[in-house]
Amino acid sequence: MGYLLKRAGQGAIVLWAAFTVAFILLQALPGDAIMNRFLNPDLGLTSEQISQLRQSYGVGAPLWQQYFHSAWAFLTGDLGNSLEDGTPVRLLIEGALPSTAVLAAFGLLFAILLALAVAFLSALAPFAWLRNLLQSLPSLFIAVPVFWLGIMLIQILSFKLRLVSIINPGPVEGLVLPVATLAIPLSAPLAQVLVRSIDETLLSPFITVAAAKGASRVRLLVHEVARNAVLPAVTVAGLLFGELIGSAIVTETVYGRVGLGRITEAAVKAQDAPVVEAVVLISAIVFVVVNLIVDLLYPLLDARLRTRAAAI
Amino acid sequence: MTGKTRSPVLQVKGLSVSYLRDHEATQAVDDISFSIDQGQLLALVGESGSGKTTVAQSVIGLLPGNGRIDSGEILLNGVDISRWNWRRLQTVRGRRIGLVPQDPAASLNPVRTIGANLGEVLRIHTRVRGSELRRQVVELLARVGIDDPERRARQYPHELSGGMRQRVLIASAIALRPDLIIADEPTSALDVTVQKVILDLLDDLRREYGTAILFVTHDLAIAAERSTEVVVLRDGRVQEHASTAEVLSNPRTEYARTLLRDAPALAGRAAPLPPAADLAAIALRADSLVQTFALGRKRDEFRAVDDVSFAVPAGTTHALVGESGSGKTTSARIVVGFRRPTSGRVEIDGIDLASLRGEALRQARRTVQLVYQNPYGSLDPRRSVEEIVTEPLRNFGLGDRRSRLAKAGDLIERVALPASVLGRRPHELSGGQRQRVAIARALVLEPRVVVFDEAVSALDVTVQAQVLRLLEDLQRDLGLTYLFVSHDLSVVRHIAHTVSVMRRGRVVEEGPTESVFGTPVHEYTRTLIDAIPRPSERVS
Repeated sequence: MGYLLKRAGQGAIVLWAAFTVAFILLQALPGDAIMNRFLNPDLGLTSEQISQLRQSYGVGAPLWQQYFHSAWAFLTGDLGNSLEDGTPVRLLIEGALPSTAVLAAFGLLFAILLALAVAFLSALAPFAWLRNLLQSLPSLFIAVPVFWLGIMLIQILSFKLRLVSIINPGPVEGLVLPVATLAIPLSAPLAQVLVRSIDETLLSPFITVAAAKGASRVRLLVHEVARNAVLPAVTVAGLLFGELIGSAIVTETVYGRVGLGRITEAAVKAQDAPVVEAVVLISAIVFVVVNLIVDLLYPLLDARLRTRAAAI
Repeated sequence: MTGKTRSPVLQVKGLSVSYLRDHEATQAVDDISFSIDQGQLLALVGESGSGKTTVAQSVIGLLPGNGRIDSGEILLNGVDISRWNWRRLQTVRGRRIGLVPQDPAASLNPVRTIGANLGEVLRIHTRVRGSELRRQVVELLARVGIDDPERRARQYPHELSGGMRQRVLIASAIALRPDLIIADEPTSALDVTVQKVILDLLDDLRREYGTAILFVTHDLAIAAERSTEVVVLRDGRVQEHASTAEVLSNPRTEYARTLLRDAPALAGRAAPLPPAADLAAIALRADSLVQTFALGRKRDEFRAVDDVSFAVPAGTTHALVGESGSGKTTSARIVVGFRRPTSGRVEIDGIDLASLRGEALRQARRTVQLVYQNPYGSLDPRRSVEEIVTEPLRNFGLGDRRSRLAKAGDLIERVALPASVLGRRPHELSGGQRQRVAIARALVLEPRVVVFDEAVSALDVTVQAQVLRLLEDLQRDLGLTYLFVSHDLSVVRHIAHTVSVMRRGRVVEEGPTESVFGTPVHEYTRTLIDAIPRPSERVS
């Protein structure tokens, strides 16, 4: 229980740091969204009117006031309004989040499945050349840029083979290509970590003992190796979730999907600070929660960590 | 037993094995033959690199990936299994051949319970499942002498001691009553008293089930005590192959004679005599050392060292002996100054180390040096031997480059290494050579006291004997005082003038080595001494 509280406390610190850094970075950018919008000479606003407008948005106040004001607003769940068109950020996020969440969740899921398949098949491969081929896949996956992969997948699967439509696709059909685009590069580091930890685990004396009991090769991998080898990969999976958000932005742009990625892209272009800050914070929350889950998974997977966790 | 002639359980005929390294085959085992009958224990004895483990791995078909059987046959109950693939071997592994491995700490799957680890062999070969499986697992645990087997089955490997883990592994090896058990150094990672219990257990099982045992060991004393037949290997070849009694009484080869002479438990050398008490000044004195560690978040404390005192006259050797957890290593670390005791004091030539701070403490450290157990881990792999040996001089800013080099050359000669090793790196040296380098490094500051923490435990017996002789020569020539920490009573008996027997942080018995070993007073000392393998009291 103390372990859980400690981890949650660390998560809260990470969130606070993410919020602060985002706040400072956005303030450091030259100009702001209001300037961009109202400084346009066609609107014919006087400088007094502009400063009044700025006042009403709360941008004129000293930085520390703004900081505490928006920190308090976030704590109470008020994400503020978009500077661009005044819609509540909350509404924007609520509209985009489900689509991105589905994309990210399936992306991670398929990345894990792909990594497991590559790692375990290469461990079972009966020929050296097949093992080498499978183990070289991750380097290939990681070398491919997301945007290029997306375009290639569209070209081949959609236009040439006409397997999936990208124009007005159904909800499931529409997910296939973006998920593949997201999952393939993400699976590479996972697969590499898995391949290594499987190799290391296979050298452990307890594997020899299990083999001496008459276990088949498949049984060795499934019963003895898997749970030991998966531990480091779980850590990496948690860390990769951070990258997932970044990849999602590119993927959503390539496939023209509505989602957090699109909103972020637009908000950054327009220097729409409240939206950017909300997205940063939401990404940080997801990241912290996912890694909290990872921390809680360890003791379940490895009994040795149970006593240690209790002692902390 | 029926009257008809039975074929041996295991016959190895003309076995040759090689390893492929960098596209080059190295012969590891060369034309080895032996056989084991039902209920017999054959000991395969040899030092590191002799090929003994390779033979054991070949029998059960678990050679490393680059190993290959070049020729020969391995007959299990008359059937050659040497060319069988993994799938066919699955039918004999665990069912007909059981394996008891070397290192019980790493040989159980850490993420599965004891019950799951042990039940695996039943799940692989039988249809027993559920409550019946649990019942058999508990029965097996009880058979190998594990207390409270129901609870143990639910625990994880890290919650059991080394001896208990080895019992679990033995239980797993005997679960299906195999014809043959391969025991690969099954006790080399265990304390002597635990070793005795495990060896007794294997003997019981052999007699009860008539299992044949292939016993792989580096320890001729264990082989002599437990086996009916001995095969001595060296560099992959059979040196000697005869009944145990014959090898002991009438060894035919020079190598077997060397092994017999160097095995500390077998050699009949008397302990060195303690010096006359009034002759020498006390070089090292430990006075009521106490070391406590906090336990968890409660205010409980663990007394790792509990009121330990000893005094070592200059030019003599004092030994701290005990099993794991006895506090001997913690005491040694306090003496070297790595750890400030909770209370008590250490005096070297009358100077209390604990009273010193800063630069004075640093200078005082020169007077006491440490030689550590593992000659592989204690030398920086990226430095040459010369750099390693001269480093303490550089740390203390002593001498110039030339005088330091001359000193290193001197010491390398003293520890009987050729001058050419100065330019080499540790990985180019053998274990014994590395330990000599570590000794040279300890001596370069001309210390008064040298602490040896299990310094010869990792070495082969013949190398061990050479290093022990070197230590005696150095002590005589340089007037050094030794504190010798070891779990190995036979080695201690050879080198130490006086001894403290430790158990659970306390000294239970102390005195001149000869009287402690000859007429032990404390119950625990007697148990320890009884646990030393003795070929004269053969159990067969």
